[in-house]
Amino acid sequence: MTDEAGEQLAGFRSTSRGATARFAAAQAAIIRSLVEQLAELVGGEMDLGEEAGPQPGSPDDLVAQLGLSRSVELPDDPVLARLLPDAYRDDPEASGEFRRYTEQDLRSGKVAAARTVLATLPPAGGRVRLSEPEAQAWLRALNDVRLALSVRLGVTEEFDEEVAEIAADDPRSAYVWVYQWLAYLQDSLIDALS
Amino acid sequence: MSVAPAEVERVAPAEAERPQTGQDAAADTPWITIVWNDPVNLMTYVTYVFQTVFGYAKPKAEKLMLDVHHKGRAVVSSGAREAMEHDTEVLHGYGLWATVSHDS
Repeated sequence: MTDEAGEQLAGFRSTSRGATARFAAAQAAIIRSLVEQLAELVGGEMDLGEEAGPQPGSPDDLVAQLGLSRSVELPDDPVLARLLPDAYRDDPEASGEFRRYTEQDLRSGKVAAARTVLATLPPAGGRVRLSEPEAQAWLRALNDVRLALSVRLGVTEEFDEEVAEIAADDPRSAYVWVYQWLAYLQDSLIDALS
Repeated sequence: MSVAPAEVERVAPAEAERPQTGQDAAADTPWITIVWNDPVNLMTYVTYVFQTVFGYAKPKAEKLMLDVHHKGRAVVSSGAREAMEHDTEVLHGYGLWATVSHDS
């Protein structure tokens, strides 16, 4: 094994300004694809500034300017429901009010973290050097991707035992591997920042 | 023509009475932020988030993380409702499963 290949498997390590890691092209492609999907899912209902938003002066535009969300209910999509959870366990009305005032910012923050990953991870792979704020954005984005994958994979507390039962031809098996690798990567990044 | 005094008379006694009402006793009871266990968030990550968000020292952050892990939940902060909603919003930003409750 070359040093480069070893480093690609080693995850992040600490630097004076944050953290660094080396990614193979295939690793970079997997992370970028998942993070892009995450940003699309979470940013789906918001004006990302790239497409024509609501007409200026329209009620939708005003709602966006005030940072309010139109939605007051837990999202139907189980992944979004996990990423944007209710703030009150047994009080739908208070949860709805909280959501109206915070969901837009929460979505923007998650999309911003995803964009930091995309901006710092070259599509062809190679060395990634992160400042501490960038590393924190990576942590949040990697965690959100893992949360999203966990919903699709049906991860429970017994997941580690269940994984052994998943057959190689099960469509979930590739994602199981990615899910575990991202956990390893996230853990190495926390270690590098501590 | 005089309107203001009537207005003052109407408002002032209510202000004076307020500390004795039951509503204020309830307002003194703090609100809490609870973090719930989930099978996804890494133990190291949850500890890191508690240190970063609340500025807790590592031993305290680890104890709270272990409470979440073993007891299924932990109270991570308490105080005014608005502050707890703020904490919850920040924790949702980190992907932790947090809720606000009235401490009763």
